[in-house]
Amino acid sequence: MANPLLLFSDYTFQTVALGSLLMGVLSGILGSFAVLRKQSLLGDGVSHAALPGVVFAFMLTGTKNTEILLLGALGTGLIATALMMNIVKHSRVKFDAALAVVMSVFFGLGLVLFTYVQKSPNANQAGLKRFIYGQAAAMLERDVYFMQICAVVLLFIVILFFKEFKLLTFDSDFAKSIGMPIGWMNAGLSLLIVLAIIIGLQTVGAILMSAMLIAPAAAARQWSSKLWQMITLAAVFGGLSGVLGTWVSSSFAQMPTGPAIVVCVSVITIISLLFAPKRGLLSRLTRQHNQKRKLEAERG
Amino acid sequence: MSAGIEIQIIAVLTAVACALPGVFLVLRKMSMMSDAITHTILLGIVLGFFVTQDLSSPVLLLGAALIGVITVWLTELTAKTRLVSEDSAIGLIFPLLFSVAIILISRYAGSVHLDTDSVLLGELAFAPFERMVVLGIDIGAKGMYTGGVILLLNILFIGIFFKELKLVTFDPILSAVIGFSPAVFHYSLMGMVSLTTVGAFEAVGSVLVVAFMIAPPATAYLLTDDLKKMIGLTAGFAAVSAIVGYQLAVYLDVSIAGSMAVTTGIIFMLVFFLAPKRGFFADIVKKKKQKEYFAENAFLLQIDSGVNAMERAAVTSKREKKIMADLRQKNWIVGEEKYALTAEGIQQVESIKKEWFPGFQNQEN
Repeated sequence: MANPLLLFSDYTFQTVALGSLLMGVLSGILGSFAVLRKQSLLGDGVSHAALPGVVFAFMLTGTKNTEILLLGALGTGLIATALMMNIVKHSRVKFDAALAVVMSVFFGLGLVLFTYVQKSPNANQAGLKRFIYGQAAAMLERDVYFMQICAVVLLFIVILFFKEFKLLTFDSDFAKSIGMPIGWMNAGLSLLIVLAIIIGLQTVGAILMSAMLIAPAAAARQWSSKLWQMITLAAVFGGLSGVLGTWVSSSFAQMPTGPAIVVCVSVITIISLLFAPKRGLLSRLTRQHNQKRKLEAERG
Repeated sequence: MSAGIEIQIIAVLTAVACALPGVFLVLRKMSMMSDAITHTILLGIVLGFFVTQDLSSPVLLLGAALIGVITVWLTELTAKTRLVSEDSAIGLIFPLLFSVAIILISRYAGSVHLDTDSVLLGELAFAPFERMVVLGIDIGAKGMYTGGVILLLNILFIGIFFKELKLVTFDPILSAVIGFSPAVFHYSLMGMVSLTTVGAFEAVGSVLVVAFMIAPPATAYLLTDDLKKMIGLTAGFAAVSAIVGYQLAVYLDVSIAGSMAVTTGIIFMLVFFLAPKRGFFADIVKKKKQKEYFAENAFLLQIDSGVNAMERAAVTSKREKKIMADLRQKNWIVGEEKYALTAEGIQQVESIKKEWFPGFQNQEN
């Protein structure tokens, strides 16, 4: 390729890159809440639990319309989330075990349904698998259009309820004491996070979605201690790695998009952990070193 | 031996082998580590292949087990910086390693005949095709021997170090004080988890390994407080899941791994709802009783303090009426419009005061 940047004027690339950008931005924003609320691994659980929903929606309707399949994914994703929360609330099983059980069992159910569909005469099931591994390149224009609508709606809700979500995230006891309906707010915020996960599924797939939720937020956290700054940065990091990953995967032969995006976002995170001012490891080491020097100097 | 029976034996051996180290993962709140390890071993296999250029080399399995331990180490290293939480660290490290593995496989797809599908999803149905041949004699499916070996290793590990594992799991500080390094046992346990995963994934796939490792111990955890009993129950649940799951898969003609995972889930949900002391319904009943107990006694105290005689005349809500009826039935209060405590009621009030406000007993004297 003469000029790798030439790719950006390619129409197919634009479509896919826009999709990945949206996915990155959304998971950056909602991921920030997930990470701060210590629900980082929810992404892992929900994205695995989405699989049976996708197949079930296909079995019911026989279509491969992304919206319908994602609606199914949303259904099982929410059921799985509710199950996990209830297992933790009503038994001594901890969140990690509840998550692992629900996730692997739902994924197993997805496999069962999937193999069941494969045998059916209506063997129109190719394309269901893209939800396991993700296949950004297979995104259609209308998929991206759908993502745009979702992105605008989600963004609008987050901006509208920003104060409430902030309070809920950092001090839910206080939120409760001033009479906020925290049960509903909790459910609402979880719903938004689940939505962001489901929307990202077709780009990076079930297995890698957890990274998209965590990495941009974890990276952004190192640079700022203000929520809105952190969320903005996370959106930028997520979007940037979406576009960058798509570009890398289009520029090199046989380079899958999802993993490329995840490697990009991981590199951003590693850089942030190491070099972020104040919180970063490097600045921590320098600080410790300086303190030691100072102490030694004082001792003479 | 028929293929069906061979599959069944492999499934049971593998299930129990996975579930045993899972007991300690569940107790130590590290269940998600199994999810991480089951994914990253793919990288170990790919790297092992680049070194040996041979897909059947044992170096691959060794590499995979090593990567499993490295995954744990990297995750803990990341968490130790305290820049990200522990669960975030898991979610950062394993997708990265897994992504690198997928990229390597895709880039060199021509030379690596590695099927991501078979690693992740597993295909137990093909297990009988891989034969174990000794001195030219076919002695059964290879999977049976792999499953048997990892099961034996796990039994030996847990059997020999039972006391140490127990101590490190329940009281890591004490164990460090008396000289058992928690870190050593932690990494040996993680090594066992890794080794077990590597031995099992070929037959059943990564996702089922997670289901077998966590669901049976979590189920057993709902039923007992005794570690030995928990291990026994875990093995039982795992074996039953493998048998029922396989029969279901054959009957419905669907994915064997998926069907066994679903069975572990069904058993878990059954026990979760119905467990006598720690189940869902038991918990609901318990919480309701606690609520009633508290409300009844709070009323008694109010009546006792005198504020109540007047205000209680206006009892209207259904719930309050029911509580009053209960109190009357217990013969603790009398009266319709205005309430007064009976002798038993006064006794109850005294005992409640002792229980709720132990410091204020002699205030009135």
